[in-house]
Amino acid sequence: MGGDPDPSSSLEVIEAVLKGGADILEIGIPFSDPIADGKSIQAAAVRALASSTRPVDVLEIASQVRRRHSVPVVLMTYFNPVFASGIGGFLDAAKKAGVDGVIVPDLPLEEAHGFGKAARKRGIDSILLAAPTTGKARMRKIVASASGFLYLVSVLGVTGARSGLSSETVALVKSARRFTAGRIPLAVGFGLSRPEHVEAVIGAGADAAIVGSGIVELVGQAGGDGSRSYGQIEEYVRSLKRATARRS
Amino acid sequence: MIPAVRELEEAYSLFKRDKRFKLELSALLRDYAGRPTPLYLAANLTRRAGGARIFLKREDLLHGGAHKINNAIGQGLLARKMGKRRVIAETGAGQHGVATAMACAALGLRSEVYMGTEDMERQRLNVLRMQLLGTAVHPVDGGTRTLKDAINEALRDWVTNLKDTYYLIGSVVGPHPYPMMVRDFQSVIGKEIAKQMLARGGRLPDALIACVGGGSNSMGTFYPFLGKKRVRLYGVEAGGTADSGNAATLSFGREGVVHGMLTYVLQDRDGQISGTHSVAAGLDYPGVGPEHSFLKDIGRAKYVTASDEEAVEAFHVLCREEGILPALESAHAVAYALKLAPTMKKDDEVVVTLSGRGDKDVQAIGNRVGFAV
Repeated sequence: MGGDPDPSSSLEVIEAVLKGGADILEIGIPFSDPIADGKSIQAAAVRALASSTRPVDVLEIASQVRRRHSVPVVLMTYFNPVFASGIGGFLDAAKKAGVDGVIVPDLPLEEAHGFGKAARKRGIDSILLAAPTTGKARMRKIVASASGFLYLVSVLGVTGARSGLSSETVALVKSARRFTAGRIPLAVGFGLSRPEHVEAVIGAGADAAIVGSGIVELVGQAGGDGSRSYGQIEEYVRSLKRATARRS
Repeated sequence: MIPAVRELEEAYSLFKRDKRFKLELSALLRDYAGRPTPLYLAANLTRRAGGARIFLKREDLLHGGAHKINNAIGQGLLARKMGKRRVIAETGAGQHGVATAMACAALGLRSEVYMGTEDMERQRLNVLRMQLLGTAVHPVDGGTRTLKDAINEALRDWVTNLKDTYYLIGSVVGPHPYPMMVRDFQSVIGKEIAKQMLARGGRLPDALIACVGGGSNSMGTFYPFLGKKRVRLYGVEAGGTADSGNAATLSFGREGVVHGMLTYVLQDRDGQISGTHSVAAGLDYPGVGPEHSFLKDIGRAKYVTASDEEAVEAFHVLCREEGILPALESAHAVAYALKLAPTMKKDDEVVVTLSGRGDKDVQAIGNRVGFAV
């Protein structure tokens, strides 16, 4: 989460995540009403907003990362902050910061056309989400409109670490794979927090696993002193990265 | 969530034309909720205001004490027809939570209600009422701990339990088809007003006044009159106080997207949703029904504010003049009627929708007048 617990510490958190071996970096723009997020990411947004983090600050963080690293940078933002600055204005600023893709979890396919077109025009990927309730016809449409990668939501519900990974998730990944294979990379998120989860979704055919809550929880546990979490975060991400190489 | 709102849209468009559904609904509204509600000529209030005749549409006399039951019964019946056995709802002042608890008990459905902890504190009696009616009340401690956060939490529950759960939203807000559906269920208010006024004096009222939080009682009041251009429509928002802020979304907000709708929103320059303030918990919401935004933009309805102080004053006036304790939400509408009526002719007629009764607010008023309850 950009700005969690404050803008400069969150840059250190990002450094730790990248040292740990993350292949793609997702930075969240904190929002007052994150309806797709569970307790951990809600708390991260509260911390970031409490330190007066604005969307422009998160874009600045993205541009600093971009200057130092070559990993793709993806922004996660709810729609209203985008709408408030104007879709074109927001995307121009994102492009200038070197952002590669944007995820807007509360923008359904039916409303995403204008945003997707404006993003494509600037060479930014509009990353769309699919859920376990997404039917076949809709899945085809989403895959056809998505760019960058398809964000497959692994469970019904909101973000947040869950202890186990259900057999349904593995089946879901396998079935989504049939739609994405040869078209777009498949990344799985929501509820993944442990190396064995990562191993399972990669084993089922996903190209990437997305972990968010597990990282911001470490930031939260460190309290105001972000530096206490950096080593832990690096080690945590390394354990997840190692799991991507273990094919079960 | 899209498949779920599609399923709901299909079910609603099917049942709203279904003869049996309509018969069941009107029987429940009559025998269970207590419709039609009276239209009362408030002669003392009229004399005090000194202008147009003021009528009160007595939604406060409904079962549960507010207009909320009109919608809760309608959607509850729909949930049962759809085969959903678990119902969730959000509540601000607690009136929608109570209405949902009642409707679900009567219809044999299980219900759970999300409520901000700030609202639980100021509407304690309604928390107990919901529990007595068999509903689990889940405290919501996130954000501003009021209605918007309760809606966020209900939405999170819904996306987790889409298959067996019906989300019974309490106002004309949220993703389509909710604003349309809640408007339709609440339109019984305006339809009765038209019928009662015509039966009484052979003509429609000159103006309608109703309070606006999310905007369900006002939309239900206005909707049947939208085509009757001579009838002026006034929505009264929560003006709050100079220090604590307000919840007057249409008056002070700008376009935004929240809770699945494009509408006026109270927000900062970055699009972060603002905290709001009103003495009336039921108006304490930074969004508003999108159809109200439309009515504002085309100029069909006028949106004004009443401050906390004006609403509390109107509460006392109505108590003493008419022997009616209004909900603090509805007192905002009364406050504006006291301003508007004197500017109109003696033969003009104004209908104020008294959306709820004030028993729930006695504790809060007690605190203001130095009487600890």
